[in-house]
Amino acid sequence: MRLVNIKPARGPRVLIGMVPIAIALVIYAVFSAARAEANPNDKVLPTFLAMAQAAWRLFTQVDPRTGEVTAWADTTASLWRLGIGVGIATVSTLIIGIALGVVPLVRAALGPLVTVIAVIPPIAVLPILFIALGLGEASKIALIAIGIAPYMIRDLAGYVSGLPSEQFLKAQTLGASTWQLTLRVALPQALPRLIDSLRLSMGPAWVFLISAEAIASDVGLGYRIFLVRRYLSMDIILPYVAWISLLAILTDWVLLMISRKAFPWAHGDGR
Amino acid sequence: MTTLLEFRDVWVEYGDKVVLERVNLAIDTGEFVSVVGPSGAGKSTFLRLILGQEGPSRGQVLLDGIPLQPECSPDRGVVFQRYSVFPHLTALGNVLFGLECAQAPLTARLFGGARRKARDEAAAMLEAVGLGHSLDVYPAQMSGGMQQRLAVAQALVKHPRVLLLDEPFGALDPGIRLDMHELVGRLWLEHRLTVVMVTHDINEAFKLGTRVLAFDKRRHDPHAPNRYGATATYDVKLDRKTKAAGPPAELLPAEPVPAA
Repeated sequence: MRLVNIKPARGPRVLIGMVPIAIALVIYAVFSAARAEANPNDKVLPTFLAMAQAAWRLFTQVDPRTGEVTAWADTTASLWRLGIGVGIATVSTLIIGIALGVVPLVRAALGPLVTVIAVIPPIAVLPILFIALGLGEASKIALIAIGIAPYMIRDLAGYVSGLPSEQFLKAQTLGASTWQLTLRVALPQALPRLIDSLRLSMGPAWVFLISAEAIASDVGLGYRIFLVRRYLSMDIILPYVAWISLLAILTDWVLLMISRKAFPWAHGDGR
Repeated sequence: MTTLLEFRDVWVEYGDKVVLERVNLAIDTGEFVSVVGPSGAGKSTFLRLILGQEGPSRGQVLLDGIPLQPECSPDRGVVFQRYSVFPHLTALGNVLFGLECAQAPLTARLFGGARRKARDEAAAMLEAVGLGHSLDVYPAQMSGGMQQRLAVAQALVKHPRVLLLDEPFGALDPGIRLDMHELVGRLWLEHRLTVVMVTHDINEAFKLGTRVLAFDKRRHDPHAPNRYGATATYDVKLDRKTKAAGPPAELLPAEPVPAA
């Protein structure tokens, strides 16, 4: 049988997927054990036990200096920034993207501006944001929103203007005004696409969040990682990276579920 | 019979390319006009003129004696070959949409008693096209034939003056196509519709139509294929009784229209 025709069933597929992950973990365990044996104070490859101890401390014990549990304080601060930034980007995408996609006049007027903004590397704008908005929360939120909104706007505008023109014509023959066809034809079909592009934009959103936190902050997941880097505290950095990844996976899953539940027609499984 | 649609010396040109030239004809209320012709002969352009998707370069298209604006409006319903229904609405939602647009300018949604009344009207329309059992089904779960039935119901619920069909059965398999012929023929009689249908299938054109328009170029310059436009070269009015006899002999050999 040809290789391309061998399709693993659901059970074996999960198993096969686990194998490389397990191998990576075992390799890490072997190397970190070897280094720990040579030097019990090794910082570069901490053992799983050392990481678990550091994580336990950060996730459960109150830091006497701040009076808060460090990891939770970092997580809430980061998620708050991320949530507001992504929220602003999503709402502006919905309004601008649909307007660009539906109304040719708006596309003619604002399309070039959006394209120009989209080619600016957002990190290059960070100093401007710091100068204009200060070092507080506003500049971090603004970086996330400015970082992901142009891509999402262009994606949504392209998708909406690419909807079959027959639909817009049909809506007009059914008596729909510009507003009605925006509201009832363009908007509902744009929403699942918006969630898709939001899922893809969450990666860059985290990058911008961590960059902003690394440069100027006093709390946050990115801040913590870059703070403890000075002490080579891999036992904190690695659990934090794992935690960020877990949060990202959860967000992605939640968005996918929202899309599936709210827009069954967009996922091919009907009602 | 009164004249509903009138074409007065209509030309359509895109730059140097002449698509339609000197189209002069009138369509009466209650006619079922089939439009046939080879690809590129301006059949679809002719339909788009009536639809209002585009306007003529020269001449006038009149509906009830008033020149048409180059914009779609609810007095002309349409069924396209594809993408005629909204994928994000159920069958009922698709038919309700037209009623909702008329009655709720701001929200395009109806509530309470108004919604129940509109719902009953939409459900009756779906029943009439044979979709009474699939009110809550999304188009993605429907076969091609069901989707076209839905598209017809969606258009008819607005009671358009003219129903435009742009190769509506082209993507359907032959058995389903026969069912659709029966449906459209019946609705045409029951609702006293005026229909303009573009088709590639000459048998379909003669089977359903009371009048067949064949579009083609009268003149042809081999060095400049776009120099001359097409027009209605044959305009055959069929008596319902003699229609079963099929295409008149003079039409077929003179104008071999590919049936695909």
